[in-house]
Amino acid sequence: MEPSTSRFSEPAHDTVETDVLIVGGGMTGAGIMRDLALRGIHSTLIDRRDLCAGASGGNHGLLHSGARYVSNDRESAVQCRRENVLLRRLARRCIEPTGGLFVAIDGDDPDFAAAFPQWCSVAGIACELVTPDEARRLEPHLSERIIAAYRVDDATVDPFRLALQHVAHAGSLTGSSYRPHSDLIAFDHDNDQLTSAICRDSRTGALLRIRARQFVNAGGAWAGRIAQLAGCPDVHLRYSKGTLLISHDRLTNHVVNRLRPPADGDILVPGGTVSVLGTTSLRIDDPDLAVPTVAEVDRNIAEGAMMLPVLATTRYLRAFSRVRPLLPAGDDGDDRHAVRGFALYDHQGDGLTNFCTITGGKLTTFRLMAQQAADLVAARLGNTTSGRTDTTPLPEDDSCRWTEPGAAPRYWHLAGNRDDMVLCECEMVPQSAIDEIVRCAPGAEEEMTLEAIALRSRAGKGPCQGSFCGIRIASYLYDRGHYRDRTGLQHMRDFFNERFKGMRTVIRGPQAAQMELAEALHCGVLGLDALDDEDDRDPLTQRLETGATDD
Amino acid sequence: MTKERRHVSCQLAVVGTGLAGFAAAVFAGNRALDTALTGNTGALAYTTGYLDLLGAMDGGGPPLDDPWQALQTLQATQPEHPLCRLSPASIHAAFTEFTSFLGSAGLNYSPPGRRNETVLTPVGTLKKTLCVPSTMAPGTTALTDKKPCLVVDFHGLKGFSARQVVANLGGSWPVLSAARLVFPGMEHGEIYPEVMARSLETAATRAHLAELLREVAGDVTTVGLPAILGIHRPDRVRAELEKLSGLRIFEIPTMPPAVPGIRLRELLEQVLPQRGTTLIPQQKIKTLSFEKDAVRLDLADNYGPIVIEAQAVILATGRFLSGGLAADPNGIREPLLDLPVSQPGSRADWFREGYTDRRGHPINRAGLSVDDSCRPLTAEGRPFDRRLFCAGIILANQDWIRSRCGAGVAIASAYRSVEQVRQLLGD
Ligand SMILES: Cc1cc2nc3c(=O)[nH]c(=O)nc-3n(C[C@H](O)[C@H](O)[C@H](O)COP(=O)(O)OP(=O)(O)OC[C@H]3O[C@@H](n4cnc5c(N)ncnc54)[C@H](O)[C@@H]3O)c2cc1C
Ligand SMILES: Cc1cc2nc3c(=O)[nH]c(=O)nc-3n(C[C@H](O)[C@H](O)[C@H](O)COP(=O)(O)OP(=O)(O)OC[C@H]3O[C@@H](n4cnc5c(N)ncnc54)[C@H](O)[C@@H]3O)c2cc1C
Repeated sequence: MEPSTSRFSEPAHDTVETDVLIVGGGMTGAGIMRDLALRGIHSTLIDRRDLCAGASGGNHGLLHSGARYVSNDRESAVQCRRENVLLRRLARRCIEPTGGLFVAIDGDDPDFAAAFPQWCSVAGIACELVTPDEARRLEPHLSERIIAAYRVDDATVDPFRLALQHVAHAGSLTGSSYRPHSDLIAFDHDNDQLTSAICRDSRTGALLRIRARQFVNAGGAWAGRIAQLAGCPDVHLRYSKGTLLISHDRLTNHVVNRLRPPADGDILVPGGTVSVLGTTSLRIDDPDLAVPTVAEVDRNIAEGAMMLPVLATTRYLRAFSRVRPLLPAGDDGDDRHAVRGFALYDHQGDGLTNFCTITGGKLTTFRLMAQQAADLVAARLGNTTSGRTDTTPLPEDDSCRWTEPGAAPRYWHLAGNRDDMVLCECEMVPQSAIDEIVRCAPGAEEEMTLEAIALRSRAGKGPCQGSFCGIRIASYLYDRGHYRDRTGLQHMRDFFNERFKGMRTVIRGPQAAQMELAEALHCGVLGLDALDDEDDRDPLTQRLETGATDD
Repeated sequence: MTKERRHVSCQLAVVGTGLAGFAAAVFAGNRALDTALTGNTGALAYTTGYLDLLGAMDGGGPPLDDPWQALQTLQATQPEHPLCRLSPASIHAAFTEFTSFLGSAGLNYSPPGRRNETVLTPVGTLKKTLCVPSTMAPGTTALTDKKPCLVVDFHGLKGFSARQVVANLGGSWPVLSAARLVFPGMEHGEIYPEVMARSLETAATRAHLAELLREVAGDVTTVGLPAILGIHRPDRVRAELEKLSGLRIFEIPTMPPAVPGIRLRELLEQVLPQRGTTLIPQQKIKTLSFEKDAVRLDLADNYGPIVIEAQAVILATGRFLSGGLAADPNGIREPLLDLPVSQPGSRADWFREGYTDRRGHPINRAGLSVDDSCRPLTAEGRPFDRRLFCAGIILANQDWIRSRCGAGVAIASAYRSVEQVRQLLGD
């Protein structure tokens, strides 16, 4: 390993120190942060965008019982089963124990359906036979064409709430901190050690040096690239894009899985007031280029409608795509791959003693992944405390409560303050919720973007997808002096652009009307499509703006 | 209870009560055409009150100061654009006729000028438009002169923030300040522009508000308020408030649906029947059939079925928002007559990747193709029926949102259609 002299050695930028730097604010990174904090270790978590910007914020939200994997990956099945039981007990408020159904329909392989209970039993997974009639009584939207059905212990999980609670808990234990929009771009080395990481603020471009004793790469699909930056060429990932759809209504109360080998459009997961349908799987070359297409949307709908015909006609709010990192296939004799499904690289073979990478796996197994990474980090720090995430319940932090569907309206009705006006009318998010998020939610900061606020609440998640509440929340933030110049307009535009990415492929029927109204407001009336023109034409405004961001 | 079928017989039936439908009824009335107007409550309540002709070139580009010259460019580059179906002189005449009508009915507008006006939006950005309600016009003057000015908002009025307007305009209008008042009699909870506007039609509220404004204004003599100065006769409400407070007062539109749109709708619904139009409001035409002697329109209201028989029809049913077009998963349809809709090749092409992409979305250019007389065409390119005309934003080959030409397309195509109807019926 050649001792590299960093291109960023000039002392121009700020420096912060921590015991452990964790790169990647997905569920794995957040899990490691809390696991370390429970061992008394201080860490800093960074994400180039924000919490759950990667797969953790764009998945099905299914806390697997394990039944999904019984036919082809027993080890993952068993892991899921264990984690499912643990998390239900320890992270109760983030999980809804919905139960799941596996259903085969006329034309599906009957041998697969017949073998299913046996496979489950080998993996220790509870599985109860139900008649097709009984299944339809449980879930009236199920197709008439069901030929077999089983009930399992699937559950659903709110990853945003889960991640926020993890970060909040770690902060309260050891003062560990979280930094959004910090893009890791380089490491400094000293022989067999990384000494610091250089991050670029993806909003301002400012550089920051973070010194640490240990470095953890929890970069999900980007883990290969991050490892490369540390000079470790051996994290080979391939990328599978999955596309999911969110329906306007909650169509079932159980998770509904198709009883056949995993394929497109075969799971419908309830989540709060909506349902999530998916997924597709498409090999792509660049994890940054994962956007849903109309073809994937149509494919999910066509497949899903075989189980639940209502899926053909229901209204969809949005579609989104995220990337699963695929590990090198099979057991290649490399003992770092001893655990299938996810992989922990200690990078000892690359000549580094304070860097590790954890990637792959599932949301359901994040705790286990975090624990294994934290075990390694703690040992390297000489900390002998053992992990406690399998016994310590996750506490509730008030500032994280706004992600829960129904929390805001409940709070608002209880508080009964008429002057605390509702800003997001679909999800009933009041002014006081916005105040609390801006003040103290994990990652709260000056000039917080509308996207960051939406991530920490239900704002913009309802039928209007933020088209109207985005305007109202921005006005409110101006009122509160949070915005003092045209930054608020840019944030509004960026927020609408971001929300649109999810709506673009599902706009049809009534959504076309809503989109027309939204565009008439945002572009026709407010001129958000021409902000740059207006700024160009008015040099005075520009000068004032740059002046304002300088201090 | 048996409900009797009622018959209306007229020369012209206008379908749609958006700006295009109302404008068509106004033009037809002025030409003594016997006219029936039907429509659901439409997008009219959404407008800011500004009547735009052309604020930007189609496909992006800077805001336009001279829309008339831009029309000439449009003639050369996009002859299919609905604004190119008639001469700039006719468009000018159409705007003059429409705004004069509104003025004579008690809602004053600035007449169409040679250049666009620069006006304020609800968030303190600027916008180009042709005709400005008189209640808002002093804002444009104050902006041009950079007069010291106070913007006032109200406790409980969501979505209109004086601090936001000031923060965003501050760069180009430095002597601007913000203040918040409690609206007389509305101390707590959420309050709504329409309710405030109706309240300001009473003298007591005006007197009270004038006093509050005087107190808060200090040395400043010009005050901007959200658009709440009455539903009917807003010019009078403004004049009295100015007299009582000794201040120059102007309105800034609030987020639609809002008072300026409600004003237009209520005024037109009241005045058109007085001037001879048969108005059948709040109803949708169910079927439209072209018979030998007449065009027959079927609809129903609370009292039972209605049949309208007309010699000509203007279809002004708007786009998706108003139901004039339907976005089916396999293609865009015109639901009333199933007229062919000019549209992108597939659903995957409806929208660009970037929402605020300056070029606009292809779906916005979808719509009905017409000939020079504004008659919708069949797939073979022939007029669907010589008695059928079409007006407003349902027309293809325009993107009113991005080129800020909503009222322009509506008023111009309504004018053109009515002219053509008159010619047809005169034959
Ligand atoms: C479509 C789909 C559906 C799924 N459904 C389920 C399901 O129902 N149940 C289940 O259990 N699992 C599911 N999964 C898997 C699950 O979502 C992932 O395994 C899990 O979220 C991975 O979490 P992570 O923290 O490891 O990675 P991620 O959540 O991807 O986090 C990586 C983070 O690293 C950040 N990052 C990248 N590069 C940098 C850099 N240079 N500097 C700073 N930060 C950086 C990214 O912004 C990102 O936030 C699904 C996955 C997909 C794609
Ligand atoms: C949010 C917003 C802000 C706007 N701001 C401005 C602005 O500042 N300046 C500007 O110039 N323009 C503005 N406009 C645009 C302006 O309102 C439109 O350009 C104009 O209303 C278009 O008129 P239209 O009559 O063609 O269509 P619409 O206004 O959509 O009207 C169509 C009408 O047809 C009716 N209809 C549909 N189907 C049937 C049926 N089967 N039977 C009977 N009736 C039917 C509908 O009910 C509706 O009344 C704005 C529009 C919106 C949405």
